[in-house]
Amino acid sequence: MKRFLLPLGIFALVAVVLGVGIWRSPEKGVIVSPLLGKPAPQFSLPNLTDPAHPVRSADLRGRWYLFNVWGTWCVECRAEHAMLLNVQRSGRVALIGLNWRDNDAEALSWLQQLGNPYQTVAVDRSGREAIDWGVYAAPETFLVNPQGIVVYKHIGALTEEAWTREILPRLPPPVASKS
Amino acid sequence: MLPELGHFALILALLLAALQALFGLAGPALGRERWMAAVTPAVAGQAVMVATAFACLVSAFVGNDFSVAYVAENSNSALPLFYRVTALWGAHEGSLLLWIALLASWTVAVAIGAARLPPRFAARVLGVLGLVSFGFLLFTLATSNPFLRIDPPAPDGRDLNPILQDPGLAVHPPILYTGYVGFAVAFAFACAAMLEGRLDQHWARWTRPWTTAAWAFLTCGIALGSFWAYYELGWGGYWFWDPVENASFMPWLVGTALVHSLAVTDKRGLFKSWTLLLAILAFSLSMLGTFLVRSGVLVSVHSFAADPTRGVFILAFLIIMIGGALTLYAWRAPLLKSSAGFELGARESFLLFNNVLLVIAAATVFAGTLAPLISDALRLGTVSVGPPYFNPTFMLSMLPLLALLSVGIHANWKRGRLKDRQRTLLYTLVGAAVLGCGVAFGIWSHGALLTPVGMTLAIWIALSSLVDPFDRWRRGLSLPRAVIGMTVAHLGVALAVLALTTVQSFTSEQDVALAPGASAAVGGYDFRFEGVKPVEGPNYDAQGATLVVSRHGARVAVLKPEKRQYWVQRQVISETAIRMSRGSNILVALGEDLGGGRWSLRIQIRPLVSLIWLAALVMAIGGALAASDRRYRTQQVAAAAGAAAAEPAA
Repeated sequence: MKRFLLPLGIFALVAVVLGVGIWRSPEKGVIVSPLLGKPAPQFSLPNLTDPAHPVRSADLRGRWYLFNVWGTWCVECRAEHAMLLNVQRSGRVALIGLNWRDNDAEALSWLQQLGNPYQTVAVDRSGREAIDWGVYAAPETFLVNPQGIVVYKHIGALTEEAWTREILPRLPPPVASKS
Repeated sequence: MLPELGHFALILALLLAALQALFGLAGPALGRERWMAAVTPAVAGQAVMVATAFACLVSAFVGNDFSVAYVAENSNSALPLFYRVTALWGAHEGSLLLWIALLASWTVAVAIGAARLPPRFAARVLGVLGLVSFGFLLFTLATSNPFLRIDPPAPDGRDLNPILQDPGLAVHPPILYTGYVGFAVAFAFACAAMLEGRLDQHWARWTRPWTTAAWAFLTCGIALGSFWAYYELGWGGYWFWDPVENASFMPWLVGTALVHSLAVTDKRGLFKSWTLLLAILAFSLSMLGTFLVRSGVLVSVHSFAADPTRGVFILAFLIIMIGGALTLYAWRAPLLKSSAGFELGARESFLLFNNVLLVIAAATVFAGTLAPLISDALRLGTVSVGPPYFNPTFMLSMLPLLALLSVGIHANWKRGRLKDRQRTLLYTLVGAAVLGCGVAFGIWSHGALLTPVGMTLAIWIALSSLVDPFDRWRRGLSLPRAVIGMTVAHLGVALAVLALTTVQSFTSEQDVALAPGASAAVGGYDFRFEGVKPVEGPNYDAQGATLVVSRHGARVAVLKPEKRQYWVQRQVISETAIRMSRGSNILVALGEDLGGGRWSLRIQIRPLVSLIWLAALVMAIGGALAASDRRYRTQQVAAAAGAAAAEPAA
């Protein structure tokens, strides 16, 4: 009888190893975008609020920013907006918007009505820039580090949970005294 | 509408699979004949529902319905129609649906064949298959639904991963999965036999053709995968010991052992519990392979999206299915005593060695594949185990296996009197050694020991496997397909050994940097680089190089390797150029632009490499021949008639 239990015993061991493997796999980072760990795309796009100064990726080097893809046609983006305002109020990281396949007038009135959480908003009317970022639906949010590397991507409306558990821990600690 | 219809059909299929499992397992246990009669309709209904779901997803791909998330992620309107269809199994969700569709097809085939089986047994087999279907359907619906919509719809798709845009990859997964899933049938037969608490030679005869057919498909599938890796992954290797490759190779090794152990159970009524264990293992390893590839616990060059929640689900499923089957095994297998014995030199003992060595080989591959996980679990840091581990350990069990194969073919059943065959054995060995060493040293003067050894083994296996059919032919005996199939499959093994030895010993490879007009000489061929020009494809831009290959001043071929950049994913893929010449494959891959018109190139000449895949095809054909032997069909009718009195005849 005992030798017939042996395969079961071995399998139990394998199952434990696999279980530990899964349990630890989130630490290795779940792959959600081919861009993760790679440089963010280079861009130079029209500025929604200040047409005289185009938004250039080169100007964003040297600091952390959240790159948020949105549009006024996007219902989820409306749901997300309050969270974005919270992010702005926290002052921990700059928000750069990408107004995707949208109408400038509607986008401006959206920001007036709901409040503008963005430092700058780049305009991508044709949708070409979004393709470079691998966006297939709005909203999507990318965290880019000072070296210009994409370190995190969130698909769908940004949640409190994603902000506190995924984005905040990746940012450098806040400066102690506010000036 | 169609995606919702597909989703709904999948849910119905799940319910029908549950009924199939319930009626199939509970019916015989409670002795309810009407429950058992309901199993076949449930199988048919499930198959129709799965086919509907499959058709819905195909139509979403063909019609560029980018409101379906899975289509948006894996297709694009610029993608050619053929790849829009095959993109269905380009990623996780669709692969699962393909798996489910193939399982449904196998189940229907078994249900048709089961008309000849005792009804209780047939119901249990279909019940177990229903349980497997149920698990996979539940997994798909709960974690990997391919029909989910995105709102708003994507303007265009993110395209199929460019390395999957290839005819080889289009057919590789269906064939590989047919093999994987086919082992579910052997698994179901094993579980049904354990539930019955009885396993006789009829059981082995019923199980054999299914197992052999699954094995043949798996052989083809693995060879196709290797072929694809050779010309598409860019750098000319044919086997990488990658987790994904190992995941398909482990069930193959155990499946090969199962095919042989079933032969013993069929002919002699021996190895019963061992055969059961192998049948459970073969399918367990197929499912484990799915787990390893899909859960993201292992990092692979074939990187698929990884998702830990899926991993948890598959692990739970594995524990229920494999753990359940092995518990059943621990409980029931001790009841299955083999009555007959055999002598040391008999064919049975050689097949036992075959089994042990194949299982050891599978275990070494398993250990190597899981090593990164184990060391990570024990917090020893991340390690990676590559060819330096796999090649020698694998050889360690393969060399004795191949040597014993030649001897074992000559052995008789039951009695260990090899003396009668001593002469044939000696003649074939000496002939093979002379030929093998002659070839090895004739082509190649400085020597690794393995080259003549490999050649000798290959020729010895070929000669040995021809002895029995030749003998039958001389004595005017009939040649059943089972014997022809076995001979062909063993010739395939000989071919594979010959090809692998040649490729490993005589490959010449060089990385060169060439300016336009410059030449490089590799392996007796001269390669003149004509420069690089831009090329435009249907959904990519490419840099295309032209190389004129000549031998002793005579032009052999013009090779045009490319570096492609696909529009949507912006991924750069090296498209190698390959040409056959004098039995060798000349491969050129375009590397980096070094500036000033100079490019780096990899030039590789692999003799007989195509023979590796041909050998696998020959093995698969042998399997197909053996599986189609009339004996399995006629015997089944007789067995069904006398099912009650089916006890092993020693």
